[in-house]
Amino acid sequence: MARIIVVTSGKGGVGKTTTSAAFAMGLAMKGYRTAVIDFDVGLRNLDLVMGCERRVVYDFVNVLNGEATLHQALIRDKRRDNLFILPASQTRDKESLTKEGVERVLNELAETHEYIVCDSPAGIEKGATLAMYFADDALVVTNPEVSSVRDSDRMLGILASKSRRAELGVEPIKEYLLLTRYSPERVRLGEMLSVEDVQEILSMHLLGVIPESKSVLGASNAGTPVILDEKSDAGQAYGDIVRRYLGEQVPHRFVEENKKGLLKRLFGG
Amino acid sequence: MSHNAHEPTASDLFEIKAGYVNLLNLKLLGLDLDTLAAQLSEKIRSAPEFFRNAPVVIDLSGLGDPRLSIDFAALLPVLRNLGLSPAGVRGGRDAWQRAAERSGLAVLAEFRSGTQPKEAAGADGTSRAAASEPARNVAKLIDHPVRSGQRIYAPGGDLIVLAPVSPGAELMADGNIHIYSSLRGRALAGVQGDLESRIFCMDLQAELIAIGGQYQISENLEESIRGRPVQVFLRHDTLIIEDL
Ligand SMILES: Nc1ncnc2c1ncn2[C@@H]1O[C@H](COP(=O)(O)OP(=O)(O)OP(=O)(O)O)[C@@H](O)[C@H]1O
Ligand SMILES: [Mg+2]
Repeated sequence: MARIIVVTSGKGGVGKTTTSAAFAMGLAMKGYRTAVIDFDVGLRNLDLVMGCERRVVYDFVNVLNGEATLHQALIRDKRRDNLFILPASQTRDKESLTKEGVERVLNELAETHEYIVCDSPAGIEKGATLAMYFADDALVVTNPEVSSVRDSDRMLGILASKSRRAELGVEPIKEYLLLTRYSPERVRLGEMLSVEDVQEILSMHLLGVIPESKSVLGASNAGTPVILDEKSDAGQAYGDIVRRYLGEQVPHRFVEENKKGLLKRLFGG
Repeated sequence: MSHNAHEPTASDLFEIKAGYVNLLNLKLLGLDLDTLAAQLSEKIRSAPEFFRNAPVVIDLSGLGDPRLSIDFAALLPVLRNLGLSPAGVRGGRDAWQRAAERSGLAVLAEFRSGTQPKEAAGADGTSRAAASEPARNVAKLIDHPVRSGQRIYAPGGDLIVLAPVSPGAELMADGNIHIYSSLRGRALAGVQGDLESRIFCMDLQAELIAIGGQYQISENLEESIRGRPVQVFLRHDTLIIEDL
């Protein structure tokens, strides 16, 4: 049985696709057979960040409509042969996204994969609610600003009430907070909320902090998930996050301007 | 497409269920419509979201002079122009209630402060508020955060919340509301008119607090009580916020 992970936020442009690509790549690097699905039908972005846009023949909607088999549409990553991308279509509308169709695709993927990462579109409309509906875990991507925190909060409310797990009355979706585009300097200047502020408002488990980093744009222009850039701070932060998600104890980094004593503020040590 | 057994058939175009509607109580203390319109619009400007299309019950019990006659044909447009939706009347003289009925308003059961809604007072017996007698001493317990966009209602009793209440979340109870954490959203206690009900919270940062329809919005909360453990109750129709 595969574990289904939704990467969600409510607010747009906070780093969901960046995170989906890095996280899926990270799981594959740890040896897990992983698929990552682009639920942003109509926009299509994940394939660019994954660097496989020129190999897209069939897409998620083709599979939903029965115009292609899953096998035909899945793109195997060139760097990791245990990582597969199911791209979104750029042209089609969202009408083909149905609960039954998505469930069928996920069930089929689950037979041959250990993790399925769902890159959710922004907003709370169909694409986003379907991306989360079947999830076991949710990475709630949040920027350290009030509007993003508020939208994440709303998303958490929807996760708690409008998911398959909620409807079946089984153990709820596990929620992980991912604070991205974090800049300790801007926190000090009072231009951004701090880790503590965000955690206090959302009161949920912090999986990790991704610093604001130029390496992210460079990586996505190059079609390389930033986690592969092991020299970059953002790449390292995503690496930490994958390890933490898999149960390793990894201290939090990139939270303080001064790169020493990072733990102090987080844990009041 | 197969037909669902629960889909309406030709003979089955409705369902009746006991429902609950949260109504604002607009207690009239005078009938000078110009003054009323001016004062109300002032009030509404202070919290437009709260009042937008709000269904209201016109409470006639505060009109002292029994010889007054109420011109509903003139009153209702005043309220509607302000964006309110008058749904019915309660209290006051029989003659006023009959006049309200002729204008298409419902006559709702009267309530007294500190008591549960009682059976319909009038001969019509169709009151909504009295449709179901709430069970006593039933508290609803919530142990997870209440998120923006979520609304939790405890009918007939208290609401106890053990986790933070986010901005944009709403708590409502017929009885008291207890929050053993931060209140950043809205809390409305005594929504069926129990004026004895109270709100208790460990960290007051609310957007709005209300008891029995008397409300206060965030802007009007004094800085001195923000972020503190407090209780909120009514004294002579005024919301009192006190340190715990
Ligand atoms: N840690 C970071 N540092 C700097 N830039 C970042 C970081 N994370 C994301 N970005 C940039 O922010 C922009 C939006 O990122 P991304 O596409 O991942 O967000 P998204 O949440 O998927 O957006 P959408 O809601 O449109 O799908 C991109 O230009 C990306 O390069
Ligand atoms: Mg995206």
